[in-house]
Amino acid sequence: MKILVPIKRVPDPELKAKLKDGKLDLGGAQWVVNTFDEYAVEAALRLVENADSGDRDGEVIVVTIGPDDAGVQLRSCLAMGADRAIHVQGDDVELDSLMVAKTLKAVYDAEKPDLILMGKQAVDGDANQCGQMLAGIAELPQATFAATIEVVDEGKALVVGREVDAGVEYKKLPLPALVTVDLRIVSPKSVVNHVTPDDHEYSDGPRYASLKGIMKAKKKPMDQKTMGDLGVTATAVVTELEVTLPEARAAGQIVESVEELVKKLHEDAKVL
Amino acid sequence: MGNVVALCETNGATLRSNALSVISLARKAAELHGGEVILLLVGKGVSAAADDACRYAPKVVVVDNDGLENYLAETYAPILAKVAQDQGASIVCATATAIGKDVMPRTAALLDSGMASDIADIETADTFKRATLAGNAFSRVKISSDIICVTVRQSEFSPADALDSVGTKSDAEAGELNSYGAEFVKLEGGGGGDRPDLNDASIVIAGGRGMGNGDNFAILEKLADTMGAALGASRAATDAGYVPADWQIGQTGKIVAPDLYFAVAISGAIQHLAGMKNSKTIVAINKDNEAPIFQIADYGLVAKWEDTIEPLTAEIAKLKASQV
Ligand SMILES: Cc1cc2nc3c(=O)[nH]c(=O)nc-3n(C[C@H](O)[C@H](O)[C@H](O)COP(=O)(O)OP(=O)(O)OC[C@H]3O[C@@H](n4cnc5c(N)ncnc54)[C@H](O)[C@@H]3O)c2cc1C
Ligand SMILES: Nc1ncnc2c1ncn2[C@@H]1O[C@H](COP(=O)(O)O)[C@@H](O)[C@H]1O
Repeated sequence: MKILVPIKRVPDPELKAKLKDGKLDLGGAQWVVNTFDEYAVEAALRLVENADSGDRDGEVIVVTIGPDDAGVQLRSCLAMGADRAIHVQGDDVELDSLMVAKTLKAVYDAEKPDLILMGKQAVDGDANQCGQMLAGIAELPQATFAATIEVVDEGKALVVGREVDAGVEYKKLPLPALVTVDLRIVSPKSVVNHVTPDDHEYSDGPRYASLKGIMKAKKKPMDQKTMGDLGVTATAVVTELEVTLPEARAAGQIVESVEELVKKLHEDAKVL
Repeated sequence: MGNVVALCETNGATLRSNALSVISLARKAAELHGGEVILLLVGKGVSAAADDACRYAPKVVVVDNDGLENYLAETYAPILAKVAQDQGASIVCATATAIGKDVMPRTAALLDSGMASDIADIETADTFKRATLAGNAFSRVKISSDIICVTVRQSEFSPADALDSVGTKSDAEAGELNSYGAEFVKLEGGGGGDRPDLNDASIVIAGGRGMGNGDNFAILEKLADTMGAALGASRAATDAGYVPADWQIGQTGKIVAPDLYFAVAISGAIQHLAGMKNSKTIVAINKDNEAPIFQIADYGLVAKWEDTIEPLTAEIAKLKASQV
């Protein structure tokens, strides 16, 4: 299976947001691979590998649209085990979701993968749009919020367990298709390709790059492209005017007993 | 400037409660756009809910077709896009439910439209406010496409009231349905039982990893039943399999803003706070007095749940008994 994994760099979500002139101050940002995209890379690797022998049947290609620096995040995905990378030059702060989707569509047309596997949302903008937009433009069937993926029909289709409001919905997609992943896709038994024994348990979470992986990644191919090369002429229709920080909640109080808590909820907060 | 088409989810003969939030947004948007609110019902058998929908808007468009028995983004998105165009919409909206989040960006792509997801407000006709960075920042975005697609955060838009006048219903064709080979297989329900839906409840009780195991949640269930509350959980608790995944509250789970929120044995990671910090009153029960949850709690009790939840349930039951 040939899998294309779009990844986005995001400012480290553990660090506090700072503002400058009504915009996010990204001057000192520590960039990392968007968590969900790292999960998508992990899921893609699980789909193409035999976890016991380490053999591969397929290819995992990572792609990002971002400035020069974003090559670092592509390399870290190569170090996890992706085979090659495509770096499309672009100012990630100025892009909107539709432009990302149109650019990825051009990459999809050039690569013709069996599957596009990506994060359900970028944890900076929390938009949760690009995957669905890309599926719409590329006229592909889609399964968003995947918690499980099973390869079926001799590799011609997938059954995806999707996390929806009322539980888990199973949806079957013939390939080629687009899947966006949710948190639980990196659980020990969430990906079943029937090459790796079905009862195989992965360790929870995305794999770390080994030292060997990091060394190998330096030699893996990274294609450099521009949006122009790909024939993408779209401009952003969504622009960010301003960023503000929410007001801090007023400090609360520590109560000493259950009785005091209930009294305050009843008499002061009037919620009981 | 044009009309506002709002996709409304239904349940049998009625609109789902989440639909009332998108109707609130649609009314505000229609004023700013100088157009009309048009509610859209899509699915097999949705005609049954048309009367209910007509109580909320001057116009209701129904696409009722046997081929739409199971929701699929592939078949729904083209219908939304077509109705939007046919009805002269300048805004298409839905609530940010699992369906809204899945179908609206695909619809936006078909319309070549810009989209703002999970919005907290519409400020002018083309400017929207939405939370980003796990709720640590708000972003104001302006969208310049002819049609704008949005999904709304249910907790930020209070449910719309019915109007005095009753709207008119019209049917629209589904057109040719193409699922691109996708098929619905089955739904495995989570386990909320008869309790209120997390998104609608005025009281939510959430348990975290510190509950230790799934059986221990029974004690929270009793507390919830005493107050008519919904149950929720942190990601650590759902990942550990204590409770179903659809109980998860947070950046990547459900976003709630009840009148009263209990965080029991939850540390208060930013991703969890993203899903509950707009609750009116927050109570934290945690044995660690340095847990970050205490920084946003209105009332904190530094204690083990083992020592507090049963007495709390009894105390509240006592209060309730005195109120009747
Ligand atoms: C991309 C991403 C998305 C995420 N999305 C979400 C999300 O949507 N929702 C979410 O919740 N998390 C989310 N997380 C995870 C989040 O970062 C935390 O790991 C998680 O919220 C921790 O859950 P917890 O508070 O239950 O567990 P812990 O952090 O382990 O805290 C357990 C708490 O229980 C207390 N405790 C233990 N025993 C007792 C006792 N007997 N009585 C009282 N207190 C006790 C402890 O003092 C501790 O504070 C996400 C993480 C990532 C990376
Ligand atoms: N600049 C980008 N380059 C590559 N992929 C991206 C980019 N922006 C978003 N994506 C992909 O789209 C997914 C959803 O992002 P979003 O819709 O912005 O929340 C991410 O998880 C990525 O897989």
